[in-house]
Amino acid sequence: MSDIMVDIQHLSFSRGERLIYDDMCMQVRRGKVTAIMGPSGIGKTTLLRLIGGQLKPDSGQILFDGQNIPTLSRAELYQARKKMSMLFQSGALFTEMSVFDNVAFPIREHTRLPESLIKLIVLMKLESVGLRGARDLMPAELSGGMARRAALARAIALDPELILYDEPFAGQDPISMGVIVRLIKELNNALGLTSVVVSHDVTEVMSIADYVYLVAEKKVIGHGTPEQLRQHKSELVQQFLLGEADGAVPFHFKAEPYEDELMEPAR
Amino acid sequence: MITTKLQNLGRATIDTIAGFGRSGVMLFGALVGKPDFRKGFPLLIKQLYVIGVLSLLIILVSGLFIGMVLALQGYTVLSKFGAEGMLGPLVALSLLRELGPVVTALLFAGRAGSALTAEIGLMKATEQLSGMEMMAVDPLRRIIAPRFWAGVISMPLLALVFTAVGILGGHLIGVDWLGVDSGSYWSAMQANVDLYQDVVNGVIKSMVFAVIVIWIALHKGYDAVPTSEGISRATTQTVVTASLTVLGFDFILTALMFGG
Repeated sequence: MSDIMVDIQHLSFSRGERLIYDDMCMQVRRGKVTAIMGPSGIGKTTLLRLIGGQLKPDSGQILFDGQNIPTLSRAELYQARKKMSMLFQSGALFTEMSVFDNVAFPIREHTRLPESLIKLIVLMKLESVGLRGARDLMPAELSGGMARRAALARAIALDPELILYDEPFAGQDPISMGVIVRLIKELNNALGLTSVVVSHDVTEVMSIADYVYLVAEKKVIGHGTPEQLRQHKSELVQQFLLGEADGAVPFHFKAEPYEDELMEPAR
Repeated sequence: MITTKLQNLGRATIDTIAGFGRSGVMLFGALVGKPDFRKGFPLLIKQLYVIGVLSLLIILVSGLFIGMVLALQGYTVLSKFGAEGMLGPLVALSLLRELGPVVTALLFAGRAGSALTAEIGLMKATEQLSGMEMMAVDPLRRIIAPRFWAGVISMPLLALVFTAVGILGGHLIGVDWLGVDSGSYWSAMQANVDLYQDVVNGVIKSMVFAVIVIWIALHKGYDAVPTSEGISRATTQTVVTASLTVLGFDFILTALMFGG
């Protein structure tokens, strides 16, 4: 079994006219938490969808456990997806089902286990995210943080090998943020998962990630362990990590020189 | 100026045709393949309830009133020729051939079609469809297919209920209020309504309309721009497009069935 779970080679992807990734390479090691960071709007979520096979790249390889995702047939792709799961930013819980049924959904769809056993599994998964008591609530009754934890319980219901987290910290209060940070780390270690976290919350990510890729301007601009990244020489990397308003990424949107525009006679 | 207009026309045409293509691919993906009755049947039953049974009230009430109005209008004309006895066939034939299938389809588009579009659009906007796909469950088979079959099964039945209630409504006004003889109302109806020509043709129409309405509703939802604005626009489009298409097809079907 190879040490690398997801191997992205020379990936190019464009949406319409706009090039999103240009010849990008990236590797996710088995059993580790790999983080992908970068400014908003550079297509971090797109990357997860590419790994999940929901989008097809223009060129390049995405190897998941040795299989090249873009070339798989539909049936093979569905088989591969049983080994991965994705935690969506919104949680994507099914609104017409209770929390219990949401977590039970993938189990009921893919196995023929008796209800008594399904109940056991679901309760174990809910216990691990601390929501065993909330099993009869509907998604509409959950707070944002709880919804995300319930979705996490559903994501690990079938014991996947890989979990893709899409902005798990976005829009969370400090407490639920702390809870989710802990959960990602604990689940990764306890269940022997491989995790890919896409986020732009620098402190949280740096605290749990084993390896970080910083993506900007269509490619990886820096990668390494959090420690290596803090020592990185690139100005752009430093600006992003420290959250400075001005620097390699300018504060001002591209415009005419300020003086010229102000001094221009009124038309 | 003219070139931009031409360009827009071209783009609109291409978009429309691409839309046809996507809707075809969607339906193909949903319906073609080995059916799984163990999982599919409970889903179908649930949708039959949501789409069919919950539309029953509006169908019953509209059917009753349409039948009553038909009897009232028909009576005033027929009585001028002393032909009140033909009120039964008038009500029954109008309902069976035209009003039953068409009005049911229009009401169905407004009641169930718009709800379906909004539901599926919302599932798309909240990433429930993507989520399902990532759980290796095909949303076309799990979400689209049961709704399609439920619509296709329930709408012809609703049209028949509509027609039956309408005929009773006609009886209520014609016989109980305006004094047409009950025996002649029923016997003239029996003598003039042909099982194949009128009843079966009406049911065929209704089946065609069912496919049209439900297909448009599902496609508009599945293809909606996943924002609240996009969903509201898709819902409106469902009602407008489905209603107009139904009326257009009604003309074609009528010409084929009764024209020659």
